[in-house]
Amino acid sequence: MSATFPGRRMHSRRFYRVQRRFGEAAAMLFGLVLLVWSITPIYNMWMIALDSHDAIFSGTVWPDSPTLESFRVVITEDFWYLENFWHQFGNSFIVGLSVTFLTLLIGSLASFTVGRLRLRHGWLLTNAALMTYVIPASFLAIPIYRIMQIYGLQNQLSSVILALTTFATPYAIFIFSQYGKSIPMELDESARIDGANPLQIYVRIYLPLMAPALVAVGTYALLLAWNEYLYNFLLLSTPQSMTVAVALAQFLNSDESPWNYMMATAIIYALPPIILYYGFRRYMAAGLTMGGVKG
Amino acid sequence: MSSTQQALRFGQSEPVHRSRHKPWRFRPQGSDTAWAVAFVIPYVAVFATFVVYPALFGLWMGSNPSLYGTLFSDPRYVTTAINTLLFVVIGVNVKMFLAFLLSGYFMNRSWWVRSLLAIYLIPWALPALVVFTSIHFMLVTQWGLLDSLWRTVTGEDGPLFLTTAWIAMTANVVAYIWKWMPFWTLIFLGARMAIPQDIYEAAEIDGATGTRRLIYVTFPMLANVYLICTLLSTVWTLGDFPTVYFVSSGAPARLTDVLATYGFHEAFDFGYPNLGVAAMMSALPVLIPVVILLMRRVRATGVQL
Repeated sequence: MSATFPGRRMHSRRFYRVQRRFGEAAAMLFGLVLLVWSITPIYNMWMIALDSHDAIFSGTVWPDSPTLESFRVVITEDFWYLENFWHQFGNSFIVGLSVTFLTLLIGSLASFTVGRLRLRHGWLLTNAALMTYVIPASFLAIPIYRIMQIYGLQNQLSSVILALTTFATPYAIFIFSQYGKSIPMELDESARIDGANPLQIYVRIYLPLMAPALVAVGTYALLLAWNEYLYNFLLLSTPQSMTVAVALAQFLNSDESPWNYMMATAIIYALPPIILYYGFRRYMAAGLTMGGVKG
Repeated sequence: MSSTQQALRFGQSEPVHRSRHKPWRFRPQGSDTAWAVAFVIPYVAVFATFVVYPALFGLWMGSNPSLYGTLFSDPRYVTTAINTLLFVVIGVNVKMFLAFLLSGYFMNRSWWVRSLLAIYLIPWALPALVVFTSIHFMLVTQWGLLDSLWRTVTGEDGPLFLTTAWIAMTANVVAYIWKWMPFWTLIFLGARMAIPQDIYEAAEIDGATGTRRLIYVTFPMLANVYLICTLLSTVWTLGDFPTVYFVSSGAPARLTDVLATYGFHEAFDFGYPNLGVAAMMSALPVLIPVVILLMRRVRATGVQL
């Protein structure tokens, strides 16, 4: 009797170990499938970019003679679609950084007022932001296009900057109001007793303590502005005012375009968001969960 | 309030008006109000010039009833409306459900799952234009990657992906899921991590493990977040532009357009901006109830967006 128990326990332990190994192997196999699913389109970009021009149409899974020629063409602006590539790259940076700055400034000021100064009817502002947040941006594209003509802003970077700031600010207001609740009101009160006015409280107390939220929202705004296409395309059409997104999509105007140059451009254009993503991943994830799931 | 109680609130309705009725410690005094007004002016200005004015302008552009007669008599519009409905209903629900399941997979914190998560999230960080163009090239027959793979495996030419409407539409939905599933997986992952471990332990003692734990513990805990995310995603996807514009480009013969691309082409390719606005306005009967439902859920549960 006493001999059978240890035996059975040994058996079941081995059984569970095998089962766990099996489960782990299945998880790894699934992970492999997920990996292939995630990187196939990215692999495809590299494959086309590394092809030489006449080899694209050969229909192979890996280029026969991979070459970095198309990257050279993009970097030296050696193709007529790419004549102003670095200038346009700069435009994208100006748009991205301006949208980030304005979103942070406008969003933090608004949520500071609603959350800390307790402006009467401040909830109206929060609701207005919520409405903007849930309206698809593309539905306002045609009217905004017409309105920018009325304002005389077409083909100026400021038009895109203002439009994208409008769409990024609501998210900023939500994250800031959410995060702001964790900063104790007593800090403001003691600053007031020391004679600080609201501007000083905003600059000296609110902004420094909001730093993590500022980083999260800033990353979000920069990604949004850099990756956006529709408004860039509608509002910027001259080679001097274009951003990279618009320049890149020009390749699609013709069926004869050198796709390898296009994909090399696309990879270079995609580098800043990837660097940003890996650099600020922790903050971004924090920002998302900060907003997404607080009970 | 303990974290357990906090987590339990996920499943219940609770009004969030508490803070509004809290006695104010500092009522805005004269000078404070001046500061407050100065601080909100930038947002109010942006909101008025780039949301209110365009919205009213759009309503005015699409106010002529005869536009809708023209719109509804266009067979391409009917196809577009059906496409949009299929795209939103299938795309959003499949994406959300898979994201929910995958968030469970990513709860495993071993090093290789964490590295996989970092790679899995790349599609979300990349510009839509770039990835959707790449997917478009994968599908272009004769020399696309999928076709080459097909030929390598079967020895025959692949199907003509973008010349059959339903395959092209499926490609749009799959590309959409590929791009946006990672984002929502991350949201659900965050929500799952907020569930305290002791609830799982209690459930395990009661015999809820594996699938039963998923159905009877995890899902009820996340039900509110799931519903709100689905509604929010529905609203955003109704106006989704880049997916169809770049993946299928409406091919074949504009049979795979959705409302956003249809309106875009009407306005900027054919020169009927009012018709384009009318096409997007025709989504309002769906959009407005979803937005109202969303707002009510947000209010009722206190889940912050």
